[in-house]
Amino acid sequence: MAVPTTTSPTPEPVPGGGAGPATPGAPLLEVRDLRVRFTGRDRAVTAVDEVSFTVSPGQNVGLVGESGSGKSVTSMAVMGLLPRRGVEVSGQILFDGEDLLLADRKRLDRLRGREVAMVFQDPMTSLNPVVPVGTQIGEVLQRHFGMRRKERRERAAELLAKVGIPDPRRRLDDHPHQLSGGMRQRVLIAIALACEPRLLIADEPTTALDVTIQAQVLDVLAELVDEAGAALLLITHDLGVVAGVCDEVNVMYAGRIVEQAPRRPLFRSPAHPYTGGLLASIPRLDTPRGRPLTPIPGSPTQTVPWTDACAFSPRCAHADDTCRTTSPRLEHADGRGLRCFHPLTTPAALTKEL
Amino acid sequence: MSIPIPPAGPSTTPGASVALDDKDLEGGLSLWQGAFRRLRRSPTAWCGAVIVALFVVVAAAAPLLTSYQPGSTQWAGDVTTTEIPGPSADHWLGLDRYGSDLWTQLVYGARQSLLYGVISTVLGLAVGATLGALAGGFGAVGGRFGTVVDATIMRLVDIMLAVPSLLLAVSIAAMLGQSGTAVVIAIGAAQVPVFARLLRGSMLAQGKADYVLAANALGLRRSRIVMSHMLPNSMGPTIVQATLNLATAIIEVAALSYLGLGAPDPAIAEWGRMLVAAQDRFDDAARLAILPGVAIAITALGFTLFGEALRESLDPRTRR
Repeated sequence: MAVPTTTSPTPEPVPGGGAGPATPGAPLLEVRDLRVRFTGRDRAVTAVDEVSFTVSPGQNVGLVGESGSGKSVTSMAVMGLLPRRGVEVSGQILFDGEDLLLADRKRLDRLRGREVAMVFQDPMTSLNPVVPVGTQIGEVLQRHFGMRRKERRERAAELLAKVGIPDPRRRLDDHPHQLSGGMRQRVLIAIALACEPRLLIADEPTTALDVTIQAQVLDVLAELVDEAGAALLLITHDLGVVAGVCDEVNVMYAGRIVEQAPRRPLFRSPAHPYTGGLLASIPRLDTPRGRPLTPIPGSPTQTVPWTDACAFSPRCAHADDTCRTTSPRLEHADGRGLRCFHPLTTPAALTKEL
Repeated sequence: MSIPIPPAGPSTTPGASVALDDKDLEGGLSLWQGAFRRLRRSPTAWCGAVIVALFVVVAAAAPLLTSYQPGSTQWAGDVTTTEIPGPSADHWLGLDRYGSDLWTQLVYGARQSLLYGVISTVLGLAVGATLGALAGGFGAVGGRFGTVVDATIMRLVDIMLAVPSLLLAVSIAAMLGQSGTAVVIAIGAAQVPVFARLLRGSMLAQGKADYVLAANALGLRRSRIVMSHMLPNSMGPTIVQATLNLATAIIEVAALSYLGLGAPDPAIAEWGRMLVAAQDRFDDAARLAILPGVAIAITALGFTLFGEALRESLDPRTRR
């Protein structure tokens, strides 16, 4: 691969990131049968298995699941950030038709930050503490657009203003510890969007923030992604966030996708008992006082391997012997995917559009 | 003594509409500025700084502090086999066994200690930090090839570390002959493994940090990630160690001179050699041994105190 590093120094990228691929309707990101195994000295753990989903240009896709369900591992695999040693990744991750799992580091480095960018979970640790934030934004501009110092500062200030940081010019020389958590996450969003990527992966972008700031930051994120015509892969455990932002939702449990559906149908009539349980467990303001919450019984550690059962069966009210002895497959119908032998036939109790 | 206060206080410019989520604790201070602030509040740091400053002033202004030349033996006639003239109006610390003015020797000796101590530490820091940064950088982001580079460099360093530092110094000095350069190289070489291991360790630790992962996710080049992200974050402990090593280096300069490996020119005053000269006349004039000894101890103490205080102020756990 001898593509010259310094292409024409175009500060402004190709207009409209969403102008996208040659074939209209083709997915921007297509994950096929992704499987990630962590191999230790004497045991191996399959963190992600049989994960397939697509993200179309400009679309917002949610990847939902509780801690340990493999959603972050999936995003790291897409970004090529998993360590090489002790990790086996198989399947395909097609970005614009190109398999990222086969790309070498050089190729990945040209895509990462430029075409695909990521916003991390923890804004406290994801910024370099000793480098001023303006410089950190400038770095990615220099790397991918070859911008000069002055241009970089100019653009960095613009970006900070865009993500809603007041007095951006003064903030350029601030160090991360001088900014609050919300502002830091805004800076990270600014860095991720600096090169107008076509796909933004946001891994629980609001988890580390307090609730009042969460909404603000999420709004900024969704707005800017929309404005840039970029696609968003949003990883979260918060169904409220999904309801507000995503067009398509993938629900993961114990490393596999258990339900795939567009947002409205999913919230109106969840088919998988796990999705139903998640929706039913959201506390509502209009429930009468004193009524207990309805959690999903058990804990996520109570799983059986997917290989010969449904991993959710130990916690599922509908489980029978089939569920405990046969591994369900992901079946598709009506634009929805479902991995369950006993889907909820009646919509769960609380399915009003959120 | 007044230290200019950095103009940075809480850096809220009037009229700037600061968002409600702005809860900034340390004002407009960078990491090092914050450390400096804590340093100024530390009595230990002040003690160390005053001693070090005094030492530097004495070394720099040596010709102003005495009217005699170092190594001049013009009063050798006054020294007898049984008596060395003590403090007097002309020689307020007395003469040494060769008939030189003791105060002059001490003051000029500070120059040698400072010069050799600083140069050897800088040398050790430069070489050690380069090796450590290479090893750490390659080890953290270089993949399989990097691991090999890391292992190779560190085994070389281990070999250096396996040789006792004084022995290493003695052999180098013996190889290069008796000279100041040999002393500097010897002491510098002995410090290389310390800096290399320290910097490599913190580089490897930084390599696992989230912001390095984030930098990778931005497609930044690995050289850039190492140089402008990992290295600046790893330098703190190494710089502290350099301050502490200055103390050791000064003691070692004296030790090597004491062993007869330092500069042979008697016209150059040197604390270590003053000790040697004093030892067989200890009964006649104990001050000849005590005063250079005290000078060495106090100077080393100054650097140690300052280094310790610096380490404490840079330690994130001591921050508010």
